Amino acid sequence: MAKAKAKMTLDTLKSIQADVLAQQEKENNIRILVGMGTCGISAGAREVMAALEAELAEKSDVENVQIIPCGCAGMCTYEPIVEVVEPGKKRVTYVHVTPEKASEIMYKHIFGGDPVVKYTINGEFKTLNEQNFYQKQKRVVLKNCGEINPEDINEYISRDGYQGLAKAVLELKPEDVIEIMKDSGLRGRGGGGFPTGVKWSFAAPNKADQKYIICNADEGDPGAFMDRSVLEGDPHAILEAMAIGGYAIGASKGFIYVRAEYPVAVQRLQTAIHQARELGLLGDNILGSKFSFDIDIRLGAGAFVCGEETALIASIEGKRGMSRNKPPFPAKEGLWGKPTCINNVETLANIPQIILNGADWFRGFGTDKSPGTKVFALGGKINQTGLVEVPMGITLREVIYDIGEGIPDGKAFKAVQTGGPSGGCITEENLEIPIDFDNLVAIGSMMGSGGMIVMDEDNCMVDIARFFLDFTVDESCGKCVPCREGTKRLHEVLDRITEGEGEPEDLQRLEDLAENIKATSLCGLGQTAPNPVLSTLKHFHDEYEAHVTEKKCPALVCKPLLTFEIKDDCRGCTLCSRMCPVRAITGETKQVHVIDQEKCTKCGTCLTVCKFGSIIKY
Amino acid sequence: MANECNNRNESCIRPDDPRYKELKAYIDSVRDQQGINIMVLQEAQRLFGYVPLEVQKWISLELDDVSVGELYGISTFYSQFNLTKQGKHKISVCLGTACYVKGAQAIVEALQQHLDIEVGGISEDEMFSLEATRCLGCCSLAPVMMIDDDVYAKLYDTKQIPEILDKYYLESELEHEMESEVDA
Ligand SMILES: Cc1cc2nc3c(=O)[nH]c(=O)nc-3n(C[C@H](O)[C@H](O)[C@H](O)COP(=O)(O)O)c2cc1C
Ligand code: FES
Repeated sequence: MAKAKAKMTLDTLKSIQADVLAQQEKENNIRILVGMGTCGISAGAREVMAALEAELAEKSDVENVQIIPCGCAGMCTYEPIVEVVEPGKKRVTYVHVTPEKASEIMYKHIFGGDPVVKYTINGEFKTLNEQNFYQKQKRVVLKNCGEINPEDINEYISRDGYQGLAKAVLELKPEDVIEIMKDSGLRGRGGGGFPTGVKWSFAAPNKADQKYIICNADEGDPGAFMDRSVLEGDPHAILEAMAIGGYAIGASKGFIYVRAEYPVAVQRLQTAIHQARELGLLGDNILGSKFSFDIDIRLGAGAFVCGEETALIASIEGKRGMSRNKPPFPAKEGLWGKPTCINNVETLANIPQIILNGADWFRGFGTDKSPGTKVFALGGKINQTGLVEVPMGITLREVIYDIGEGIPDGKAFKAVQTGGPSGGCITEENLEIPIDFDNLVAIGSMMGSGGMIVMDEDNCMVDIARFFLDFTVDESCGKCVPCREGTKRLHEVLDRITEGEGEPEDLQRLEDLAENIKATSLCGLGQTAPNPVLSTLKHFHDEYEAHVTEKKCPALVCKPLLTFEIKDDCRGCTLCSRMCPVRAITGETKQVHVIDQEKCTKCGTCLTVCKFGSIIKY
Repeated sequence: MANECNNRNESCIRPDDPRYKELKAYIDSVRDQQGINIMVLQEAQRLFGYVPLEVQKWISLELDDVSVGELYGISTFYSQFNLTKQGKHKISVCLGTACYVKGAQAIVEALQQHLDIEVGGISEDEMFSLEATRCLGCCSLAPVMMIDDDVYAKLYDTKQIPEILDKYYLESELEHEMESEVDA
């Protein structure tokens, strides 16, 4: 392929595409897709892959079979997933595959032509796409995840890859690109929802010897992993989008700032950059135009605040990641003082398709003010966890009940948390609201990066608020006082309440403090950190009240507020008394035992060890 | 310098440690780029397993215009960096939201009890260090923990934990046996 370097043109791009497609569509051709995202790998996909390859290696005369590692298809609970794709035949999806099953699949299905139905989902011979989970989804950002080999640029090209860039640099002026982006109405998926075209139009006119495009792949919201999935499953889309952005604002250099905790993503990005350079899709005079652009990777070192633009810039400069006042905005003075545009991974993943298919195409999804789709990481107490991409405007109820199939074990829904540590909880009464940037803010939460954690009756909302504050206290960069000190004080009060030492006045204290921190913090971290407290205070005031007045935790989570008791049907097996780490349980063999409440540390050991269900907590 | 090596005596990194050579080669390869402090510390940590002050001093001498203070500031700001020696195996329990609501705290407590260590600490026999991290990106498999590069998913039942750890003890015993056989 290296020889193509000198002369990569739109025609060569199209001929690569035609070749790959011709190969894939050849009669008898079999593509075996193995889900090799972090989720797949942790479920054992590497061993499965090795087993498949070993079987194939035995048959040296077989030439029509390709084993292809691909990204995550979104239904991580079924990993390891292996799919078999043959032209003109129904796709076959195997789930929970083990190396042994893999060998059997190779023998019976690949070499024998007979699908092993018992290893498909519930043995029903249905594909992923036929699951309820996918019925209301619309795949734009995730269109290639789980479909192509992320380590093979030709597969990306086969799905119209780099044609958006070609169109931009060969047919459009930079202003035209920005105009298309503005018309598309794409809003930043990193949390803020700022229109991408407008952001680019701020950076474009600023004159400088050097400008930068930065891809924000710091994905800090714990509980969100869509950016990881895109980077692992479709890294070239990000490179292409960054190059388009570079062309639009006049930048020749890009950085991807990615979490070091995502080693698979980092490695695939490195491979992708290398391949794009080889083919002349990065580097000097891209596709024969006058436009030159190259990309480097910088690894984050584990600081949530570095997701914030100005802190991120400081970090790339090699400093402590502390945010600073805006203005000046990065579009004017960013990395090393030069005009800089920062875009989120998911935002970028939309861009090549918008340029190629036009703004109207993109506006065909979603709502007027929030066009397009949004990827959510559906997690917590929900039957189907995973990544879902839905058109904006869908209701939360549809996502939780139709796609996620509701709450497990017949428990009651309590709240759904969006926006991570900057967001809030949404309750039953608001589940019918169409999801978009503005609606979520109106009900006291926010879109954030797309974490969507469902909670049931067993989750204590005071404890959840404390959990998020624990996070922000840890992650505050320490530069401004309201955030550094204020979040600590908030956390102390919450700690006190969950420890059973809260007082009724604490609730007002929380609210006042929260409002103050919001109003006076320097950057987005502090300005949004109190949101989890305010929103739980608003929607679950009763629960706070129970903690401070009755000293009870209704969800039975906060240990110091619990009481453990042995019921009269205790058989006196003595197990609990032997297992109790503080020897708080006494009683004769075959007699009802008693817990000394003074000594009890509420560790719950007795409850877990009792074989007769004779111990209750309340 | 002796008093700076107080983290478990035998682990001091000697000035003639060959890994310094590798680090120097890395520094030379990136020297002409801007803003390399974090990258160099990351490479140092990859090589040594942690970045004690003595290594930071060495780096500061190697890089022009970078004070130890600056490096120390960076290494204490970012949670990725360890200033003290780590256990042979690193356990990271995810305390991200998805894992937390599914009971990850119980995993931490079970590990603390079982290994008798604190979060951020290292076990007496130096086999394990325990860390709480935020979201490993496997939220669908929550609650999860990672030991080195292996992910253990859906740990609803903390009774599995001793079993998982035993695997590492066993491995280490086998290694010892092999070594002593080679010695003999
Ligand atoms: C505390 C804090 C953390 C943030 N974390 C992230 C993050 O992890 N990923 C991200 O893309 N944006 C994050 N942002 C938003 C960025 O500052 C920035 O707005 C975004 O990357 C811009 O890209 P977009 O317009 O494409 O959304 C964070 C903001 C704040 C205040
Ligand atoms: S919250 Fe634990 S892996 Fe995401």
